[in-house]
Amino acid sequence: MAFITPSTTADAYDVVVVGSGAAGGQAAYTLTMDGARVLMLEAGRNYDPSTETPMFQTPDMAPLRGTATPDKPYGFFDATVGGGWTVPGEPYTNASEDPARQFMWYRSRMLGGRTNHWARHALRNGPYDFKPRSRDGLGFDWPISYQDVAPYYDKVEMLIGVYGTKEGLENTPDSPDGVLLPPPKARIGELLARQRARRIGIPVVPIHRAVLTRPLDHVGIPPKLHPGNAKAQRILAEDMRNRAACFWATQCARGCAIRANYQSTTVHIPPALATGNLDILTDAMVREVPVDEAGKATGVIYIDKRTGSEHRVKARVVVLAASACETVRLMLNSRSKRFPEGLGNSSGLVGKYILDTVGANWGGQIPLLENLPLHNEDGAGGLHVYAPWWLYKEQLAGTLGFARGYHVEFGTGRGMPGGFAPYVPDAGGRTTFGAKLKEDARRYYGSHVGFSGRGEMIPNDDSFCELDPKVVDKWGLPVLRFHWRWSDHETRQAAHMQKTFADWIEAMGGVNLKKPLNDGAKVIDPGGKVIHEVGGTIMGTEPGKSVTDAWSRTWDVPNVYVADGGVFASNADKNPTLTIMALAWRAADRILDEMKKGNL
Amino acid sequence: MDRRLAIKWMLAASAGVVMARNPMLGASNPPGIAEPEPPFGYGKDSNLMKASKPGDYWPLTFTELQRRQAAVLADIIIPDDGKNPSATSVGVVDFVDEWVSAPYPDNLRDRKIILDGMAWLDEESVRRFGRRFAESSEADRLVLVEEMSRSQKAEPDAGSSQAFFRLVRDLVGVGYFTTPVGMKDLGYVGNVPLATFDGPPAELVAKLGLVDEVKW
Repeated sequence: MAFITPSTTADAYDVVVVGSGAAGGQAAYTLTMDGARVLMLEAGRNYDPSTETPMFQTPDMAPLRGTATPDKPYGFFDATVGGGWTVPGEPYTNASEDPARQFMWYRSRMLGGRTNHWARHALRNGPYDFKPRSRDGLGFDWPISYQDVAPYYDKVEMLIGVYGTKEGLENTPDSPDGVLLPPPKARIGELLARQRARRIGIPVVPIHRAVLTRPLDHVGIPPKLHPGNAKAQRILAEDMRNRAACFWATQCARGCAIRANYQSTTVHIPPALATGNLDILTDAMVREVPVDEAGKATGVIYIDKRTGSEHRVKARVVVLAASACETVRLMLNSRSKRFPEGLGNSSGLVGKYILDTVGANWGGQIPLLENLPLHNEDGAGGLHVYAPWWLYKEQLAGTLGFARGYHVEFGTGRGMPGGFAPYVPDAGGRTTFGAKLKEDARRYYGSHVGFSGRGEMIPNDDSFCELDPKVVDKWGLPVLRFHWRWSDHETRQAAHMQKTFADWIEAMGGVNLKKPLNDGAKVIDPGGKVIHEVGGTIMGTEPGKSVTDAWSRTWDVPNVYVADGGVFASNADKNPTLTIMALAWRAADRILDEMKKGNL
Repeated sequence: MDRRLAIKWMLAASAGVVMARNPMLGASNPPGIAEPEPPFGYGKDSNLMKASKPGDYWPLTFTELQRRQAAVLADIIIPDDGKNPSATSVGVVDFVDEWVSAPYPDNLRDRKIILDGMAWLDEESVRRFGRRFAESSEADRLVLVEEMSRSQKAEPDAGSSQAFFRLVRDLVGVGYFTTPVGMKDLGYVGNVPLATFDGPPAELVAKLGLVDEVKW
């Protein structure tokens, strides 16, 4: 078993997994390591990070010096090779023309999906994050608690490799001893930011990121992850030996040819393939999950994008891991006599409560960091430290004017010049040039700090997606139409972020390039822009009020599970990917159990 | 300088992930969705491993006369200072030509500013000094450049010669500082594999009164 074509699929599989990113990769890994026969379908092309990652290429080797374009919105060298904010032939629409009510949808049509370019921030949700309604009366509680997910966080962190520390901070869980890898040393600007943040009451600690700061323990970890399964242990040990530790160069967003960071294509898929239990079909767009008369899914119907032909494949279980919104679309497009409003949609909630992360950005220039001695600050290709949410007391007292928290990601330093004009201030109303330009460029290079707030959004009735009644994609499938609205909780939070960043810059002795705005609606990023899309098939305790149960299984169809971020009943400030993987592993364990018991 | 470019640079020069994830640095396409797909450009799936040069993905624009003017202007903006070479020696004119020839919205906007500005600069030079800019004396050229560099506003008025010069200066800066030569000039010493990451030099940490106190 391996990469296959429509003509070489098996007649039937134990499980069909739709999607190959964080959720699909984790589900396929867990299932195949335990012996299930799995077909993974990916709507984009095959992608091999070991041969396709531009590791040391400099911007002058790329068109337009590698700068962002509509074709490559995160720059030419970004790992996304199959989409972005637009996918040719596969549009989506927004119901409103109001700029404040747009949702932007980032899609990566490629093996491994968005994991190939993600920031690798791997934060755990805390205990409060699973029970937000109990805490402040807003949104929804999850039907599960931190304790239910904690063992899976442990397992995912050991499998993918995450650096970080134990800090004992409120609602910011520590991992057990021996699970995390050592964090990289902080850069000079990060040390300065931490020292000055303390003066304004903000804690700065090592962030958790899925990058190997040393080789994984290929002896100790496999028996912990796969007790009693000698074959799985052997395969994983072998695969862990083939992942190199970070060599402290190149940006993670390009992907990693030496497999030092997590992407589904470097961590989940290789060992899953090595089991011999995984078939992968790329360029396969799943258009429907058909059901039998008893209301059980029979497999999937997909379009082979290379020929346009339609195929069916049978499976005992279907795992939807296409990304929160793409899974919604597939369910709504799977109409049958039994499910006229779409598969699993008897509640009418499929597509409801789409969430993104609140984002706001700000930057400043720090004279203390000018003219530093030359040194290499590439580090782990991303953040080394961050500020977890710290105002829990004020939040509980209700004095902030918004209900939920945010964490702060910030970058400083002497990274590779990325194809943008050097920041040099105008000297006395003059555009500098000549010898002065060179001198100033050297002086100011590395003396900036850029902040991004990442905050929790509360689900609301005005943020959802549905099938567009008119527009179809090039395969004739109805596309998604988005509705979006930030509430005051989010816009006020965004304004608070910007004010905090401005204060922080001042505490660093720095210069704000502009005055912060008080109007959060002008500060906040558009919906979807942070690419933390979750919700739409939320989990809950009862069928009429949620789409899946606490095991990520759809209430309506007993052999259909949602493994992606769709099941999130809330979207904590923590970046969602680690939680997606933990829940996908948990759902896959459940599927294995149920199959063994003969229930599936 | 142009705030848009200023903020981009600032964040781009920071840790790589901020650059990669920060939407401010992202698409030039507005958040209007279901927009028409760009019918040209290098596409979403070009070969990332293959080094390219200006002209490989779309035809270039500059005439020989325009190239000469651009070269003179570029080397006034980034001259050979004896330690490091000038802008033209690392292909900056080709880059500016590629930039104004590209089919994306930002580039189409900049194309008009640059081409109009270049035409104006030659006309102005002929009017005042009797010769095109590239053929003028060094002193005459400098008079014009000095004038273009003066702007009482943080953002020069659109359509002004100051706005033209600001954009040219920014593009020349991009073109230069993103080459290995320019990176060295700037003081970027990364992009090399290391066995360990040791953080900032201890004497620098001490000088700023900081403590490296990450627990592990």
